[in-house]
Amino acid sequence: MSVLVYIEPREGKFKKYSFELVSYGQRVASALDQLLHILVIGKVAREELNSLGQYGATNIINVSEDIPFDDQVFTGIISNFAKQKEANVVVLAHSLTGRAIAPRLAIRLGAGLSTAVNGLPASYKPFIVNKKAFSGKTLVQQEITTEVKVLTLSQNTAGITEHSASPVIEEINSDAVASATKVVSTEVITGKVLLNEAEIIVSGGRGMRGPENWKPLEELAQILGAATACSRPVSDEGWRPHHEHVGQTGKVVAPSLYFALGISGAIQHLAGISSSKVIVAVNKDPEAPIFSAADYGIVGDLQSVLPKMTEAFRKFKAS
Amino acid sequence: MNIFVCISNVPDTTTRIKYKPGNKEVDYTGVQWIINPWDELALTRAIELKEANQAAIQKITVITVGKADAEPTLRKALAIGADDAIRVDVAPEDAYTTAVQLAEVLKSEKDALILSGVESSDFNSWSVGGMLAELLDAPSVSAVSSLNIEAGNVVVTREIEGGKQTITTTIPSVLIVQKGIAIIPRIPSMRGIMTARTKPLKVVQGIASQPMVKVLDYQAPAQKSSCRMIDPENIEELIDLLHREARVI
Repeated sequence: MSVLVYIEPREGKFKKYSFELVSYGQRVASALDQLLHILVIGKVAREELNSLGQYGATNIINVSEDIPFDDQVFTGIISNFAKQKEANVVVLAHSLTGRAIAPRLAIRLGAGLSTAVNGLPASYKPFIVNKKAFSGKTLVQQEITTEVKVLTLSQNTAGITEHSASPVIEEINSDAVASATKVVSTEVITGKVLLNEAEIIVSGGRGMRGPENWKPLEELAQILGAATACSRPVSDEGWRPHHEHVGQTGKVVAPSLYFALGISGAIQHLAGISSSKVIVAVNKDPEAPIFSAADYGIVGDLQSVLPKMTEAFRKFKAS
Repeated sequence: MNIFVCISNVPDTTTRIKYKPGNKEVDYTGVQWIINPWDELALTRAIELKEANQAAIQKITVITVGKADAEPTLRKALAIGADDAIRVDVAPEDAYTTAVQLAEVLKSEKDALILSGVESSDFNSWSVGGMLAELLDAPSVSAVSSLNIEAGNVVVTREIEGGKQTITTTIPSVLIVQKGIAIIPRIPSMRGIMTARTKPLKVVQGIASQPMVKVLDYQAPAQKSSCRMIDPENIEELIDLLHREARVI
């Protein structure tokens, strides 16, 4: 029996989320007194793989080929290793890829699936996990009743723990089969902080009054090294691209700091930001529901407040 | 080709969640039921495609797993523009049992493009579409934000971490769709509502299947402490609080 954690390199490097997943796997494996296997698909330098030892990786399997992502192909590779290593807990990121693979993997392994779990299991026997439901409006304790379990872990819910393992690295070729889907083209957004990796998010709503007013918001984001986001009406109006839409039907985010600028705080928007550690709201309406979700609030018009904020944060960063 | 749109019957997204005594079940009394928002966008796109490709798409079928109380939601889907509906007469228990029932009905459909919303707004598990595809042994594409039929080929855009990909897939396929596939959901027209009453709604029996996950307990999330208000003329105070108190910058 073992614990298998699948992590995703991006351009040959691992991000913080992967370290959290390795730490998580280490803690689950040690609670179950089992071996931990980390599975990496893609070409990654030996040094980068070794660095996972700091988070408790003892055994790493690296399929060192750049295989185009396909739900079925990746499910096949991961399930083969899960069976080979007799994994009874398989952990993935609750990323776009993790979400695409986990349900297929669960079926292939005859495993129960719990997605977007928060932190470590509440219990191992029975196997009980915590998660949210109804878009954050309720917390749920769920028992997975099958022998094999597949989990996706919500980002920033388990934390990173430091270790000093020297991992054993196995380099393997996959027996990847041809995929039924074909990638025609790939478009990558460059030079921007991604919403799901951002520690700070600066988000604008209808109170921004128009797309022409986004310059100072983008400036503030740049000063803070933050990602930019928006509320639903803003993306529906075409003021900002859809991939920036945060909320129930858009992206659910969990940054350390979320700025809600000119966002009234509809329940659907709050559903997307409720996992933020700290929320700062600026709105000209003191009765706006966003203030009941925020930690710090400013009542004022953005036309005058936002430039002041940008200036003040610039000074702070320069000091 | 036929398009199948999987429909989840969910509480209106503005519903306040209450629990039955003991916190083991959600109390659904007085709840307004709706088509899961992502499924509604999927249906909207399916109708647009059929209108634009009369020759390529024969029929749009909506399918749900649920007891008779899910029928108003199916009728609404018919009113929006689906041609017919299937209800698998089983109370949904978990994502797995739902996917098993859908697969049982859809396994014989070889000329099918199956659409499923990325998640449902109740349990947000992002599971049913992928499970269904695996049970059908069909390709799946997740996080689909646009769908077109070009010269008989299914061409989709999928969101990836930090970008997007254009992908072609084969039939049958399961497309797990998110916002962007359509922006504004279609609403039923008066004529749609009238014709929906007589459109076929087939009820089929489910098969035996055991859930793999069970809910033990619900809890309301902790309330946030009150918001600290800051003078707009004193942004330095905000910065100081974020730096020293909250320690996030």
